[in-house]
Amino acid sequence: MEKKGYLELYQEMVIIRLVEERSAELYQQGKIGGFLHLYIGQEAVCSGITSVRQPQDRIITAYRDHGWALSAGIDPKNVMAELLGKQDGCSKGKGGSMHMADTEKNFWGGHAIVGAHIPIAAGMALGDVYQGNDDAVTICMFGEGATNIGFFHEGLNLSKVWHLPVLWVCENNIYGMGTTMERASAVSEIRQKAEGYGMPNDRIEGMDVMKIREEVSRVLEKVRKDGGPHLLEVMTYRYRGHSMGDPERYRDKEEVKKWEEVDPIGILRKHILDEEVATEAELDEQDQEAERIVDEAVEFAESSPNPPNEALFENIYVEPTPIEYRGYAMEHESEGR
Amino acid sequence: MSRMTMREAVSKALWEEMERDEKVFIQGEEVGIWGGTYAVTKGFYDHFGEKRVRDTPIAEAAIVGSAIGAALTGLRPVAELMTINFAFVAMDHIVNEAAKLHYMFGGQFKLPLVIRAVSGGGRQLGATHSQTPDAIFAHFPGLKVVSPGTPADAKGLLKSAIRIDDPVLFIENATLYQTKGEVPDDKDYLEPIGKSKVQREGDDVTIVAYSKMVPAALEAADMLAEDGIEAEVVDLRSLRPLDMEPIIKSFKRTNRAVVAEEGWRSYGVGSEVSARIYELAFDYVDAPVKRVAQAEVPLPYNAELEQLALPQTEDIYHAAKEVIYG
Repeated sequence: MEKKGYLELYQEMVIIRLVEERSAELYQQGKIGGFLHLYIGQEAVCSGITSVRQPQDRIITAYRDHGWALSAGIDPKNVMAELLGKQDGCSKGKGGSMHMADTEKNFWGGHAIVGAHIPIAAGMALGDVYQGNDDAVTICMFGEGATNIGFFHEGLNLSKVWHLPVLWVCENNIYGMGTTMERASAVSEIRQKAEGYGMPNDRIEGMDVMKIREEVSRVLEKVRKDGGPHLLEVMTYRYRGHSMGDPERYRDKEEVKKWEEVDPIGILRKHILDEEVATEAELDEQDQEAERIVDEAVEFAESSPNPPNEALFENIYVEPTPIEYRGYAMEHESEGR
Repeated sequence: MSRMTMREAVSKALWEEMERDEKVFIQGEEVGIWGGTYAVTKGFYDHFGEKRVRDTPIAEAAIVGSAIGAALTGLRPVAELMTINFAFVAMDHIVNEAAKLHYMFGGQFKLPLVIRAVSGGGRQLGATHSQTPDAIFAHFPGLKVVSPGTPADAKGLLKSAIRIDDPVLFIENATLYQTKGEVPDDKDYLEPIGKSKVQREGDDVTIVAYSKMVPAALEAADMLAEDGIEAEVVDLRSLRPLDMEPIIKSFKRTNRAVVAEEGWRSYGVGSEVSARIYELAFDYVDAPVKRVAQAEVPLPYNAELEQLALPQTEDIYHAAKEVIYG
């Protein structure tokens, strides 16, 4: 990778971290509603994977999706606007934190029901095979907690039976909400579950973005060539709670501190300096640039208008809904509120 | 026009749409080599091949979920659920994914998806396999719920369902598969989704029905005619969107209505339709709207008990008499 690539990768990871930190503040100020699941600590996974995917590779993930949205190429402005529920949000303010997508970037969400997107991912891969898009791979992320739900097993089984080009990526951050893997999963390594489906699999460390890039490139090309699925378990860690409302009774500060010592941004920074790709000053410049971009994104989001009231009835269906019906709905349902 | 059974009409619609558009494919339990558990896709596997007639594992979440994924890539899947009772296993994908994705992502996602499912009781399959839970699915905005009562509508509505870009749950009643009717031969014969249809004209009482209750209502109307009562039968055809216009138009003339459905009365189709009649035409009400529905029990296996629980033609006939004579 050339210097420019390193700096872009570094800047992206810093932007993701800053977006999350600003989101936490905006949440506490009441400007972001609902649930907010921060990606802080896991940045190497999304940046590592998206930086080696091909444009035809589809990305689909669960609800901890801000990092994925950003690294898939959605402008931080539109991510921030979505968090604030504004019209310029990537889902027009109708999706929120857990439901971000941009089909033009081949980023298919942002799915909030644990594991439900797993069979959908298998179907997207089927769609590519069916239509002769032979060099496309669907990359589907989920947490280790999602591997205990039926959807996971139905999806994995189908992908194997139908020989679908899916790279299943388990972002194992050890806790399903507040429950450790040991207390929720019958096997201690998630990759073992792939064994049950005769599916090739790996378990890799998830804090070093350069190592992730290397592993994922290899696996991705294998899936592209062979056509069948592969499961990759990536060991990572989230520094913040499951969501903003997490009392974090299930772990102590020492544990978090231990993981903060292997911070993915710190690791990449050290790597860049050790390899003499760029200087300390150049990286600081990237930090400042990232801060400027995120400041601008927050400003943009705050000044973006709320969706107009008419948007309430938009996009329920693709086909125009009969006027009589909408008229009825507008006239009567609004009275009942 | 050709005379055919509803099974043949459904099959023909599928066949013609698959011939017309390479993007249309079907998947489900035993749709392929077996030929469909209700023989709707008999001969499809040999003609269209395994790529387009896909046998799946017995895993409804995978069947519907992967159909959603394929639809997102631009294909037009028809996912078959052997019976609607198994839709509960795929409930999340139907209501949380199919019904939501277009809206929730600001219109970016399109789901040209049809889920076909067989509904209804009366075949001694016991409580778990005999339900008519159609109304549950009609509760969710974002999903279209269609259920034909005649072979012609089965063809025209299914073809429309396959061609539109919205997710449609297409409900077929198993005991209607053998009913016969005239069906247009036109390969582009399309019936609009979200439009109720007057299946019989009359000025004395409005009978609202859909699916299996349509032939029952028409039969009841014939019985009423012998008593000198002319019933108008309005077929909903689509539970969502629900088109009240022909119903209200009819009701303003007859001032009396019966709503018939095979499912349970509580929170059902009749509840919705009668509430809307009161909301939209209260000044025209001459008698309380009567609902004909299934007894509020899980359906028993015993044939006589089962029929006792299911709504019959006579129930519609008597309900019509009651709204007229009190």
